[in-house]
Amino acid sequence: MAHEQKLEIFRGLLKFKSNVGKIWGVLVFLSIITAIEVALGIIRPGFLIESTVLGMKPLNWIFIILTLVKAYYIAWDFMHLRDENKFLRRSIVWTPIFLVLYLSFILLVEGNYIHEVYKVGFVKWNF
Amino acid sequence: MDTTVTTGEKQNVWGGANKPLNASYGKMMMWFFIVSDALTFSAFLCAYGFSRFKFTETWPIADEVFTHVPFFHGNFPMYYVAFMTFILIMSSVTMVLAVDAGHKMQKNKVIWYMFMTIIGGIIFVGSQAWEWGTFIKGSYGAVETKGGRILQFVDAESGHQIAIADFSKEIASERAAHERKNGIWFTKEGALPTYTVNEVVEGFKSNSNLLVRTETINEHGHKTVLTREESLKKLSSASQVVEGANLIHNEYGSRLFADFFFFITGFHGFHVFSGIVINIIIFSNVIIGTYEKRRSYEMVEKVGLYWHFVDLVWVFVFTFFYLV
Repeated sequence: MAHEQKLEIFRGLLKFKSNVGKIWGVLVFLSIITAIEVALGIIRPGFLIESTVLGMKPLNWIFIILTLVKAYYIAWDFMHLRDENKFLRRSIVWTPIFLVLYLSFILLVEGNYIHEVYKVGFVKWNF
Repeated sequence: MDTTVTTGEKQNVWGGANKPLNASYGKMMMWFFIVSDALTFSAFLCAYGFSRFKFTETWPIADEVFTHVPFFHGNFPMYYVAFMTFILIMSSVTMVLAVDAGHKMQKNKVIWYMFMTIIGGIIFVGSQAWEWGTFIKGSYGAVETKGGRILQFVDAESGHQIAIADFSKEIASERAAHERKNGIWFTKEGALPTYTVNEVVEGFKSNSNLLVRTETINEHGHKTVLTREESLKKLSSASQVVEGANLIHNEYGSRLFADFFFFITGFHGFHVFSGIVINIIIFSNVIIGTYEKRRSYEMVEKVGLYWHFVDLVWVFVFTFFYLV
């Protein structure tokens, strides 16, 4: 199969000699990120959970960003989206991103609102 | 397998053998399926976020729920889930190595790598089953109030949770499980908890070093522990003893947590299971040489896409269920 394979990750910072080498490289990278996540999850450093940034603890933001990084490398290198046609890639990636952003925005705002209602309303639920 | 890309305007677009976006039909359809399935999972996780935002001050802390490791006793938050995550990423790697070997038409390597992938998948599903079992069985037991809130018991000095079995008093009682044959014929109840509310409350009263821990999270990110007087007052509203978790009761806190746990990890586990089945089918085809004759291992690539997708979903479930 004449399959064009791009062997660079981190925008060309790291270039592998073979596709197999790249796979192992990505595994190492993903393992490091998972290790960081687990370590942060166990330690829970105080300065990261006692403040809020954009309505959420900084630690949670770190988790979400690291997850998206992991998802990027799984999709790009394991599901070899990197080697696919640019517009196939865009239609696969941007459709869910748009819909998920919309849905999570709607649901989280609504959840927050109900939380307020429970907190200040007259219905007692925590007893 | 055609190896050339159809270029040139002279070729008839509608004449067949034309691949839109340079992806074969099967691969494109696999991507369609993956996108739609990704939206299903996103909807579940968004619903989880909705419920969590609703009860953000009383939501269980995952670090305190998933603390078990098979064959070891003690408190090991996250370790086992991290191990499961690693297993799944590892099986993703062997899968992508199988796809790579397929491109090079190396049949034996494909067989070997697919075999490792299937083993990894089985280990993962087994771990998940074990985790479900542990979650359903529960670890300490708790008391549910009339309002449906959970009260757990902690040691006053160390702050560690104490199992209800360690302090409950044995009091003879005649409370029998309600069965179909001796009550209203269309209702029955499950197994009774090991202890009655009365036994737990009496045990609590005679152990002065015990305190009640409520679901409410304080500003330091820990569950609120009540004083002795508040604890005794709170316990007077106890309505039943809860051991373990199911869809209706959950000793770890909010029941919605257990519901979403069973639903989302269950749906994901089902995907892993079907991924293993599909992998086994393709694996057998590789062994009997179907793709060798076809001169193309694209089928391995397609099943590989599905397998990586399962891994991708787990990455998100891991974050939103266990970390955040």
